Amino acid sequence: MDAVSPEEIRKHVRSYVVVFVTLLCLTLITVGVSYLHLARPAAIALALVIATAKAGLVAAFFMHLISEKRVIYGVLALTFAFFLLVLFLPSLTLFSNSGSLVG
Amino acid sequence: MSDTAIPYMVKPHPVTGLPNGKLGIWLFLASEVMLFGALFSSYVLLRTGAAHWPPIEPGEAAQLSSQILNVPLATLNTAVLITSSITMVMAWASLKLNSLPRFKLYLGATIVLALVFLVVKYFEYSHKFEQGHYPSHNNFYAIYFTLTGLHGLHIVGGILVNFYLLTFGSKLWKTDPEQFTNRIENAGLYWHFVDLVWIFLFPALYLL
Amino acid sequence: MSTQATHTNGHGAGQGGHGDHAHGGHELPFWRKYIFSVDHKIIGVQYAVSALVFLFVGFTLMMLMRWQLAYPGQPLPLFGRFFSDATMPGGVMQPEFYNQLGAMHGTIMVFLGVVPLAVGGFGNYVMPLQIGAPDMAFPRLNMASYWVFLPGGVLMLCSFLMPGGAAQSGWTSYPPLSDLATSGQTVWLLAMVLLITSSLLGSINFIVTIIQLRAKGLSFWRLPFFVHAQFVTAFLLLLAFPPLEAASVMQLMDRLAGTSFFLPSGLVVSGEPLKVAGEGSPLLWQHLFWFLAHPEVYVLILPAMGIIAEVIANNTRKPLWGYRLLVSSVIFLGFMSFVVWAHHMFMTGMGTAMSTFFQTTTMIISVPSIIILTCLLMSLYGAAIRFTTPMLFALAFLPMFAIGGLTGLPLGLTASDIYLHDTFYVIGHFHYVVAPGTLFGLFAGIYYWYPKVTGRQMNSALGKLHFWGSFVAINGVFMPMFFQGMAGLSRRLYDPTVYAHGRGVQPLNVLISWSVWILAAFQLPFIVNFFMSLRTGEKVAENPWHATTLEWAAPSPPPHGNFLKEPVVYRDPYEYSVPGQPEDFHPQFAAEA
Repeated sequence: MDAVSPEEIRKHVRSYVVVFVTLLCLTLITVGVSYLHLARPAAIALALVIATAKAGLVAAFFMHLISEKRVIYGVLALTFAFFLLVLFLPSLTLFSNSGSLVG
Repeated sequence: MSDTAIPYMVKPHPVTGLPNGKLGIWLFLASEVMLFGALFSSYVLLRTGAAHWPPIEPGEAAQLSSQILNVPLATLNTAVLITSSITMVMAWASLKLNSLPRFKLYLGATIVLALVFLVVKYFEYSHKFEQGHYPSHNNFYAIYFTLTGLHGLHIVGGILVNFYLLTFGSKLWKTDPEQFTNRIENAGLYWHFVDLVWIFLFPALYLL
Repeated sequence: MSTQATHTNGHGAGQGGHGDHAHGGHELPFWRKYIFSVDHKIIGVQYAVSALVFLFVGFTLMMLMRWQLAYPGQPLPLFGRFFSDATMPGGVMQPEFYNQLGAMHGTIMVFLGVVPLAVGGFGNYVMPLQIGAPDMAFPRLNMASYWVFLPGGVLMLCSFLMPGGAAQSGWTSYPPLSDLATSGQTVWLLAMVLLITSSLLGSINFIVTIIQLRAKGLSFWRLPFFVHAQFVTAFLLLLAFPPLEAASVMQLMDRLAGTSFFLPSGLVVSGEPLKVAGEGSPLLWQHLFWFLAHPEVYVLILPAMGIIAEVIANNTRKPLWGYRLLVSSVIFLGFMSFVVWAHHMFMTGMGTAMSTFFQTTTMIISVPSIIILTCLLMSLYGAAIRFTTPMLFALAFLPMFAIGGLTGLPLGLTASDIYLHDTFYVIGHFHYVVAPGTLFGLFAGIYYWYPKVTGRQMNSALGKLHFWGSFVAINGVFMPMFFQGMAGLSRRLYDPTVYAHGRGVQPLNVLISWSVWILAAFQLPFIVNFFMSLRTGEKVAENPWHATTLEWAAPSPPPHGNFLKEPVVYRDPYEYSVPGQPEDFHPQFAAEA
């Protein structure tokens, strides 16, 4: 990172602690929610939302993404698009006809 | 070692604002997103196509993932990894605040926490093996062992890199503190990514 | 940027350069200067030489296969006796050995030959020079990439030594067959892990170098098209390879740990039900494989397009027609290449919505390809063409790539693909793009940049002989395949004459095989020229072709650190025949004069 003053670093450290505590809480929440045995779609949606929130916090604050440069944002945006492609398109294609694993 | 001076190894590029190493590590992480993405894709595909998930053992009742796998242990591991993430970023912050001893403390803590994670995983795995549940047992175990196994290998890689930076690598602090700080930041980016993967792995495999 | 002493003897002439000095002025020992070098030029040469050897190996495998296809069941004359009873008893090829040759030919040509030459060789050597950089952003990582690639390549070849022979389930390694195949398949997977790792390390290096290490004044829209092509290629490699790595890990798990990622339930092998958990999906492999393998074919063509663009601009003495269109098209092409992969899987039972989706994206992706070809063609209009050897290959590339591209259309359309899938038509299609397409581009590159690398020119007469003989023979190899495919002849078929429709086109197999062997013969002038010119080629200075891009500012060959003074870029990359200029070229690096 560029020359940052010690005072700024200390501000960052404060935010790290807040994020840390939030992450622990979100972890407990996601485990707690799982004991509710919600219907499958709701359970998946909720678990993903919480996980995304946790991941977002780690990325934004621990990985300093919140103040990163545009080149990095560009690379990550591209990557995220292809990530979604590889995550969903195979299943979408495979189950588009018979719903079976062998096409 | 390379005797041609490569620009922007330490100082950031005037237009992109990045030193080479930081751009490099983010590109590496992009490829890792695709690697784990493909495994998650396989998980989605196999699970969607399965009649039951986890697959029902012949002659037994249906079970939930949370009944097969050890949720309390994995929750502990999640907390361990999150803690290791904050110690990792504190190691970097200590260098920015010019304290080598603090840095060593925090990086050492990161390594110890990573080892704790592996020990917990060891107990999880060996318990499964004792029950005769190997990856070949069914696709639930197959994807569980493969996903957590590959993740575990990444933890090992992180431990090795961090150990090097804590010991031999830290000599660079004396000659080029800025470059060393950059290296720690880059190692931190990798380490946080490993934490990130677990943040998704945990609910996907254990809770859903 | 520091530069070293101005010794123009590099490494190519074998006279021992003195341009490499470690800190303190001590000369590096031989093993650090030539073996474990961190200099992108040495690494580029290492990649290129290794790749050319692997290309020769892959070609030899095909020459063997062509005997079986032309004369099924006949003992191979002269060389038959050198083969074991397991592979060719009495000189007659066994079906299993045919399958090994087929799988390994594809694997070697794609992963050990073309890409390492196009990206590892040309990309490594030329790109840093063209952007005015002293080296790659991460020189040690560059060295590591090569030294992971080479063991990967050697391991891949060693799979022939495994009991049961090499991988024999096609370069595509489809399960369940590949899951159950002999141990050569495991070696294939392990070698692929090494090769993919090497590729990932390299692609990171390329992207960072192009973004960060451009010379002063070299903005994005002033980059030579070759660099744009390599930039897009690096992104393809970075983001498309990891899913294949994941799939390879899963196939290794299936083979070694008994998992059933790709094994469906109820498989019966040799009359016995397979004792595995089952409930896996063979199509999962296909999706992850083709997620890589489709972008991979753009990895195969893009660097060659880059080379062709450079050679055409230089030998027409005109700027490239539609430079910005070319750049936008290649970026769009790169992006689209990630959304077409299932056109390799039209026959796997997907629903009409998904097959329509992939058919549509496939049709869309032909547009940027056509734009690129059109721009390159238009670049010839009104040109004073210099028919140098590289230009001959570049000119031939254009119609050859056109044939390859156009014959892809009936494959991308689901209706016609039903008939043509897995026939020789497919083989004809993709070979037109990669053989008289990419390979001709790579030859053009060798003839074009040889003077920069070695300080000497290749012989022009031998070059033209190489070109004409190859051009005729290569069309003799691949053109008949379209007709064989339309007659219904399947690919990967050990004996085409078992079917009546195969017997009908069997004479074409004889024509193709002889064309292959004649093509081999016409590589001899090239090989002779390549080595002979190292000693006796006409010596050249920095810019023998009177070109405009930055690599021609460096000495031939460039010393460690590349440039004698820091290069600055003043203008666009192809300022040829600019009105009012004294010469017909105005290099990017020439200060205003």
